Amino acid sequence: MELFGIALTVLALFVSFGFMVGVLFGFFGMGGSFLVTPALLVMGYPARVAVGSGMAFVFGTAVIATLKHHDLGQVDYKLGGLMIVGTSVGIEVGRIGVFYLEELGLASGVIGVTYVVLLGAIGLFVTYNALNNDGDDDSGGHHEAADQEIDPDAIPDIAKKIQSYRVPPMITIAGGIQVSLWMILGVAFVTGLLSGFLGVGGGFIRMPAMFYLIGVPVPVAVGTDLFEIVFSGGIGSFLYGMEGGVDLSIVAPLLAGSALGARIGSAATSIVDEGDIKIYFGLMLLGGSVAVAFRQAGDYLAIDVLSTISFALIMLSALLVSGAVIYSTITAMREQSTAAATSAD
Amino acid sequence: MIDLATLSPPVRAGVLVGAVFLEAIVLYVGYGVVEQVAADPIIERIENA
Repeated sequence: MELFGIALTVLALFVSFGFMVGVLFGFFGMGGSFLVTPALLVMGYPARVAVGSGMAFVFGTAVIATLKHHDLGQVDYKLGGLMIVGTSVGIEVGRIGVFYLEELGLASGVIGVTYVVLLGAIGLFVTYNALNNDGDDDSGGHHEAADQEIDPDAIPDIAKKIQSYRVPPMITIAGGIQVSLWMILGVAFVTGLLSGFLGVGGGFIRMPAMFYLIGVPVPVAVGTDLFEIVFSGGIGSFLYGMEGGVDLSIVAPLLAGSALGARIGSAATSIVDEGDIKIYFGLMLLGGSVAVAFRQAGDYLAIDVLSTISFALIMLSALLVSGAVIYSTITAMREQSTAAATSAD
Repeated sequence: MIDLATLSPPVRAGVLVGAVFLEAIVLYVGYGVVEQVAADPIIERIENA
C-alpha cells in the first residue's frame, strides 16, 4: 500500500526515525546530518539526494526546535548573529581546504580520520567532565533563560580562564557573561572551519564550544546553536535544491516525526539535570565516532558488512540516547512531583 | 500543483526551501495545539503512574 507514492512501511520508518532524531536535535541541538545522511545512503539513495534531503530535514527541524527554545527564552540572538558571521567565514575556508586536499588525493582519508578523532575526543572530554561534575550545580534541572544571570560556580573552569582574557570590545551575552567579541568570532570561525572541512552541520562542535569556551549555559547554547543551524541548513538546502538534491517525499515524513520529537527534546532541556545532558551527549558522540570508524574501514577495505555495522551502531546509539532522554524526563517529572507532594505535606 | 521540473533551478530551490519552512511552521503550530489539549492529562498520568 502506498501514500503519496511512498510505501506505508517506508513512511512509518521515516516518521519514527524522524521522531528519534527530533528528540536528540531538540535536546542537544545536534545529530541531524550525522544520523540522517548515512541512513539515507544505506537505504540506497544517491549521495546528492541523501546529503541534500538530510540538510533540508535538518533545516526544518531546526526551525521547529528554535521556535520551541525561543518560547523557553533559550536563544541568544545577539550571540547567534555573531556566530553566524564567524561560522560562515570558517565554512568557506574549510571548503577551500577540502578542495586543496582533493587535488592532492588526500581528502577522503584526512577527513575521515579527522572526523573520528574529533568526535571521539569531544565525546571523551564531555563524558569525562560530566562524570566529574565540572561546573555542574546538581540542582536537578535547569531553567536558564537567555536573559537570566547564571551562578559563577556553574561556569566551567576552562571558560573562566578564557573569559579572563579581556580583549576589547567586550560583549554581554546570555547569563550576563562578558566575553571578548574576538573570542566569539574566533570560536565561531574554528567551529565553522571544522564544519566546512568535515561537511557536517557542526552542532556537535559548536554546542560544546559555546559551553566550554565561551561559558554559555547548556540550554542557551543548544537554543542558539539551533538558531544558527536554521541559517546554515537553509542555505545548504537551497544550494542542494538547485541541483535537484532535495526530495520532499523523504523530507516531509521525516519532518512530521521530528516536529513532535523536537518539541519533547526541547522541553526536556528544562526538566532533565544538566549533568545528565552532558553524559548523553558525550556517549552519543563516542558511539558516532566508533560508527564512522567502522564506515571508513569498510570503505577502505571494501567490506560492505562494516558499513552495515556502522549504520546499525548509529541507529542503536540514536535509539538508546533518545530513549534515555525520554526516560530521564519522565523520571525527573515524577521526582519533582513527589518532592512537591512531600513539601506540601 | 506546481511542476517543479519546469522551474529554473534557483526558483525550484526557493520553492523547496519554502515548502519545508511552511511544513515546519504548520507542524509547530499543529503540534502546539495538540500539546495544549493533551499535555496536561499526559503529564498528570506520568506523575501519578
